[in-house]
Amino acid sequence: MASVPRSFLLLSIIPTILILCADFACCNTGRKTGDGLDTDFSGFSVPLEHSFEVDDVSRFRMRGALQLRGGRETSVSLSQSQLSEEDRKTLKEVAAVDGLYKIRVPRVSLTDRQTERQMDGYLTAFVRACSLVESHLSDVITLHTDVSGYLIGVSIVTIPGACRGTEVEDEVDLEAFNTTLTIIAPTNAPQPETALFIERMDIEHEKRGKPQEQKSFFAKYWMYIVPLVLFLMMSGAQDQSGGGAANGGGR
Amino acid sequence: MAKLTSLFVILLSFFCISEAVFEDQVGKFDWRQQYVGKTLFAHFESNTQSSKKMFVATDKNIFASFNSRTGDLLWRHVDKTGPEGSIDILLLHGQDALMVVGDGRLLRSWDTNIGGLNWEAVLDTGSFQAACFVAIQDTVKLVAVLKKAAISLHYLSNGHQKWVENLPDSDAVQYQAVYSGGEEEVYVLGVVPNSHLTIIAYSLEDGEIIKSVEASWLSSIESSCVVVGQGVLMCVDPATLALYTLPIQAEETPEFSQILLQSLDLEVFPGFQPVLVSSQPHPARSPLSEFFLQLGPDHHVLLQLNADGYTIAPLRDFQPAFLVSFATTGKKTVAAVMTPKNETACAINLFSVDSGRRLLDTTVLFPLEPNGGKPHTLYVHAFLKKDDSVGYRVLVQTQDHALTFIQQPGRVVWTREEALADVVTMEMVDLPLTGTQAELEGEFGKKADGLFPMVLKRLSSQVTLLQAWLAHLWKLFYEARKPRSQVKNEVTIETLSRDEFNLQKMMVMVTASGKVRREGVTASGKVRREGLFGIDSKSGSILWKHYLENVQPNAAFKLIVQRTTAHFPHPPQCTLLIKDKDTGLATLHVFNPIFGRKSHIALPALPRPILQSLLLPVIDQDYAKVLLLVDDQYKVTAFPSTKNVLQQLQEMASSIFFYLIRSDQGNLSGFRLRKDLSTERIWEVVLPTEVQKIVAVKGKRPNEHVHSQGRVMGDRSVLYKYLNPNLLAVVTESTDTHPERAFVGVFLVDGVTGRIIHEAVQRKARGPVHFVHSENWVVYEYWNTKSRRNEFSVLELFEGTELYNSTVFSSLDRPHLPQVLQQTYIFPSPITTMEATLTEKGITSRHLLVGLPSGAILSLPKMFLDPRRPEVVTEHSREENLIPYAPEMPIRTEWFINYNQTVARVKGIYTAPSGLESTCLVVAYGLDIYQTRVYPSKQFDVLKDDYDYVLISSVLFALFFATMISKRLAQVKLLNRAWR
Repeated sequence: MASVPRSFLLLSIIPTILILCADFACCNTGRKTGDGLDTDFSGFSVPLEHSFEVDDVSRFRMRGALQLRGGRETSVSLSQSQLSEEDRKTLKEVAAVDGLYKIRVPRVSLTDRQTERQMDGYLTAFVRACSLVESHLSDVITLHTDVSGYLIGVSIVTIPGACRGTEVEDEVDLEAFNTTLTIIAPTNAPQPETALFIERMDIEHEKRGKPQEQKSFFAKYWMYIVPLVLFLMMSGAQDQSGGGAANGGGR
Repeated sequence: MAKLTSLFVILLSFFCISEAVFEDQVGKFDWRQQYVGKTLFAHFESNTQSSKKMFVATDKNIFASFNSRTGDLLWRHVDKTGPEGSIDILLLHGQDALMVVGDGRLLRSWDTNIGGLNWEAVLDTGSFQAACFVAIQDTVKLVAVLKKAAISLHYLSNGHQKWVENLPDSDAVQYQAVYSGGEEEVYVLGVVPNSHLTIIAYSLEDGEIIKSVEASWLSSIESSCVVVGQGVLMCVDPATLALYTLPIQAEETPEFSQILLQSLDLEVFPGFQPVLVSSQPHPARSPLSEFFLQLGPDHHVLLQLNADGYTIAPLRDFQPAFLVSFATTGKKTVAAVMTPKNETACAINLFSVDSGRRLLDTTVLFPLEPNGGKPHTLYVHAFLKKDDSVGYRVLVQTQDHALTFIQQPGRVVWTREEALADVVTMEMVDLPLTGTQAELEGEFGKKADGLFPMVLKRLSSQVTLLQAWLAHLWKLFYEARKPRSQVKNEVTIETLSRDEFNLQKMMVMVTASGKVRREGVTASGKVRREGLFGIDSKSGSILWKHYLENVQPNAAFKLIVQRTTAHFPHPPQCTLLIKDKDTGLATLHVFNPIFGRKSHIALPALPRPILQSLLLPVIDQDYAKVLLLVDDQYKVTAFPSTKNVLQQLQEMASSIFFYLIRSDQGNLSGFRLRKDLSTERIWEVVLPTEVQKIVAVKGKRPNEHVHSQGRVMGDRSVLYKYLNPNLLAVVTESTDTHPERAFVGVFLVDGVTGRIIHEAVQRKARGPVHFVHSENWVVYEYWNTKSRRNEFSVLELFEGTELYNSTVFSSLDRPHLPQVLQQTYIFPSPITTMEATLTEKGITSRHLLVGLPSGAILSLPKMFLDPRRPEVVTEHSREENLIPYAPEMPIRTEWFINYNQTVARVKGIYTAPSGLESTCLVVAYGLDIYQTRVYPSKQFDVLKDDYDYVLISSVLFALFFATMISKRLAQVKLLNRAWR
């Protein structure tokens, strides 16, 4: 049993994991009963169930097991079995009547202690059965967690997502899921970028401010001021002499 | 480069400045109506015929003065909302209006002339009980305020406290009344319910005398006792059906003397608590010895206490009589009595108090509107005419909070619809075409039924057109003879028609005022007064109103336009969904939004609580959109539910999805409709309530259009928007309110598939969160607990440079998650509400309309809230006209669309497109209602008002003639040349 999680550990470094059919998955269903202390280090698994019925009444059956690992780097991996002959038939029938293919996972917490992990209720998502058939069972399942590590939602899409009505002849295409699995935690919304802005303003200020500060008013315009002053002095001297003459004349 | 940047910013700001209103445009396209709320206390200024002022204090914590000739506001003081600013009592004496505010927190004196505050005194703690004026030697100098455990006397001139006395044994005794009859004593009356009455007499200087009177039948002084005559306490006991009198001022221990109502030949209406009404015309004198006793809902008796103080003489029996009121002018006191006259009117008459005789020529008719409320309170302003007879004007408050002022002889001077101070929700509906236009339209709308009838129809419609034209000509001719001032362009329901650009619309407003105050015994309990109003958006005049009775106090409303005016001859149809918040049971009120008339349509039975309602784009054969109501067993009821509709629903069932949100459980779930109108749950998202709670969910507005699919970037490639019409923005707040750990969560969830498109957490933030969800963006505003400031954040979703499926959007077929860009800014003001502008085709750039607590409405260009604003300016970003990132969002005063017309306590902003692409109609409502137009990209499709038609046409003509002449000249020249 211990060897199985180890292989998962290795895989879990990559957040997006592609798992092809794995026959050993059947041994890994249900909740793992580990002791509470090392829960943050060893993962635990929850069932992934699916339902596809012609009459659209949900009857969930086991599809695979999700291996969840909480802690600093949350990771998830999936082990699932092939679709049986009967299931394939039903799926094609459901696709023919434009029914839905639903999946569900139980509400769990990735960080809390084992005892509190399981809450009542499930998280459900769906995709049109026809698009699942037409995409040859290649689906993308995304698990969403909130800030404190609770699973809050699951979503499933197929690639391609459209239903074009193309007939899937080859039964082999519908045997195994080609699943891309991701777990997404909330992103932190940005704060106002004050520091960067101030830095930029400072740089701009320096660029613009320095040469201006160094040159004083006089240093900048001396070429205009000096001739003006000279001119004034010259004309002033003339005035004085002229004025003196006039005064003298008056006396 | 820096210089270029700054130049660019300056240029941009110039571009924005041009949005401001020019002086000559003030009031041209906008109007504001100021309201005060439900009147609690009303007083008239003085008892002369010429006085114009009246004062009201309302349940919205407003003290205001009206001009009684016009009903306009002279001044208004808006205090804090909630119990902190509630007005406990308003007393008027001469030029002073005294007010106790905030359950005995403050005592204020106002100058009634200008509305200025004379003084304000902080009172000791304790809940307010009663207050009255106290006179010393015939002049009113003091005011007594009775609290639960103390009485204080204040000078009227400056508010200083004369003395304060603790009331003895205030734990057991409920002190409820204070009385002063002009003597040297103030009496405080307290009661130990069903045991005894305590009278404490305080001498104005000091000292107290305590008397205790056995009164085992008395439970409340407030509701069953009044003081009449020379200080006689008159109480009524509904159990023994008797009146009790007690002289308060008696020296020795007095005793109640009993007078059985039977001995006066009076009978109480079964189950009715009798009410006494008395009057003290002047605080320096004792009250009148005449008083009213109300014996039934419409039965009043005028009684007189004889001089001995023990016996009572009936003066006059009024039955039926809705309302009674005393009014005093000079030495004369009269009683005004409102009696029902017929279905449409009530008559008000004056009676002499001394004799009970009717005064001649005092009848005033009060018109009762069929859809209005019943009269509730009567305020009479009596005055002496020149010939010494009593004249009066009367203010009637009806149950729908409307105030009507009536003058002799029965002329309604003005009406104020105070219910509009509390608008809950509103819609704007297009006006119908004119009758003649509609006639022509209708001709094409009907099915063809043979050649001959069609010709007849055409002829008849043309005859009506001719008729209308002739009538129009006659009207023009007739009015041409009248002086211009008399020709009024009044808007009436009959003349309503759509204008050329669909700028004039009908505003349908739903009002509610759920505040239940301690009212008189006659109040009918916790029934909320709901009103529906139809208002012309151009002038603001109220065209119709409808008063809905018996709506639960905590009801939630949803106003749905099921059929617009575009489907003549079918009338437009609006549906108001009224849902009781406790039980979830819902009722529908279907009406015509243009005329306000209730439609007589078979309503579906809704026996189960309603969880969700959704309007489908499916229309029935009468062009009404189908409303689906989902009950708590997830069964669906369609309205209208004709065969046609049910058939359509069956066909479409597999493509009808809806979502339900249970915010108390943090549960979001999606359902799909089945053919038999049952539903199946197809997705479920659960946000654990231990971590966060859902505060609000918003989808996109269904009438929103987006013109451009993408944005052209600097390098000429296109960034396509993620335009998911089913996207829901879910905003949560953390349950942990510690400033370091609090957060605001924003989830974007697809409403069809339940897929979480984006999940972001704003750390160190808390609400109240205001947000707008439109196009491909979400803008939200929150309080940053760390930096202690308000911040705006914008999220934009893009598909990338390639569209997945450019022809149609389907939530079921969009496997790739969009790119999400986000940026946050500091906003220097708190906000109260937020909405985005909306235009017909979505070509015009968007603005955000932000209601600020100051009453201003800011029109913030969306351009400033763009997560692609670059930190460092590049060639590409300049090419794209992106503003460089600045952390602080500016507030420019020229962005205030309501210039100085502040809207007090903005609660909501409603936007509606007009027929002009450039123009968006805006209504801001709160205490006031403000309507205006905004042009986010300026008026690019409208010629300016001062457009010079003369110059343009003269230039055109000049050019035309010049070409003619030159052509002629050229011809002549050519001819000449040919001859040569």
